[in-house]
Amino acid sequence: MTLADYLVPALLYIGVFFYAAGSLGLLRFQDAELRLHALTKADNVGLGFVALAAALHWGSVAVAFKIAAVWLFALMAAGATAQLMARRAKTAAERGTDR
Amino acid sequence: MTLAFDLILCLMIVGTAAAALLTHNALAAIVFFIVFGNLLGLAWLAMNAVNVAMAEIAIGAGITGVLLILTRQRLMALGDDLISAETPGWLRAGAVLACTGLTALVGSAVLSVAPADDLGGPIAALLPELGIENPVTGVLLAFRAYDTLLETFVLLGALVAVWSLAPGNAWPRPPASLNLAESGGGSVAQAFGRLLLPLALVMAAYLVWAGSDFPGGAFQAGTVLAGGLIIAAIGGAVAWPRADNSILRAVLVLGPGVFLIIGLAGIALGRFLFYPPGFAKAMIVAIEYSLALSIGATLALLLAGRSVAPDHRS
Repeated sequence: MTLADYLVPALLYIGVFFYAAGSLGLLRFQDAELRLHALTKADNVGLGFVALAAALHWGSVAVAFKIAAVWLFALMAAGATAQLMARRAKTAAERGTDR
Repeated sequence: MTLAFDLILCLMIVGTAAAALLTHNALAAIVFFIVFGNLLGLAWLAMNAVNVAMAEIAIGAGITGVLLILTRQRLMALGDDLISAETPGWLRAGAVLACTGLTALVGSAVLSVAPADDLGGPIAALLPELGIENPVTGVLLAFRAYDTLLETFVLLGALVAVWSLAPGNAWPRPPASLNLAESGGGSVAQAFGRLLLPLALVMAAYLVWAGSDFPGGAFQAGTVLAGGLIIAAIGGAVAWPRADNSILRAVLVLGPGVFLIIGLAGIALGRFLFYPPGFAKAMIVAIEYSLALSIGATLALLLAGRSVAPDHRS
């Protein structure tokens, strides 16, 4: 067993923990902003740990850079869409409609 | 472990499909459809069919999902309340029967192919002659190039069909653009579009190039291209692609045109779609790049929608 053999499952478990926390927040939090906060922050950290585990598992620098790019794309998409959804929810709440 | 994963994945696929079919809320149905497409992509990935997984997620879930959302948006803008009439029982029973029959038919067709029916072997033996390593690209652009050529024309035909539904006085006009970036999100959507469009261009170029040796190819690249264009257009970073733009129209026919010309040139060397030995990879890459541009333009124009007369602007 090398160090990576222990690290990969450990990182995966940490990632899954953050995903579970994010999902719990999505289910339990009260309004759209709080739910988005749970989804974008916790899930992106979770994805980061899973990405780290995947990069270690393949153990190649080229693959690691590609996985890092995937994570960055996910961060950008989550950040932009969360902003749009939060603003939308805010104006909808001000207008008193649900869409 | 893998069995548990497969079973959970199957349950989730069937569950999301059922949810998409049974819900009465149009937006919820679309969202479940998109999740269903992504899970289906995972299933293809679990079977090592990476090319199919990419196509399913990009086109089946991505482009189709966006098309459905834009359709809903436009229907609402036209005053449709999106509530469908209750379907009669015989129609539901008929649909269940037809779908079950089709599933049984496809299932038996797939199961009738013996696992040892090794088409992979002969294809792998022929690939070095083409100079490419991705067997899927080999099949799509060399061994079954005829099918792919016709597919590209079908895609073009779909766009022409959408255009021909535009009212007569709508030509030449811009498409029905939708301002999705309302409620103060304009700057976010615009910044995201500005960031994403150049990245999508690089990604599309890479996907085509990688497609000769690794999973990837013209369809996946074209989808990425269209996605980048549309996100930039929604945010207002670039103008919506217009059906009356002559450059865009030239790009639309570029891919099928290059494919057809190379195919016809093959007749001079023996038969239709014959690649001269030693030049096969160059020809395939040329076709793939022009196809990716054409598919990107076609999908972007499909998403932009038909041209709309000034009084119909939504």
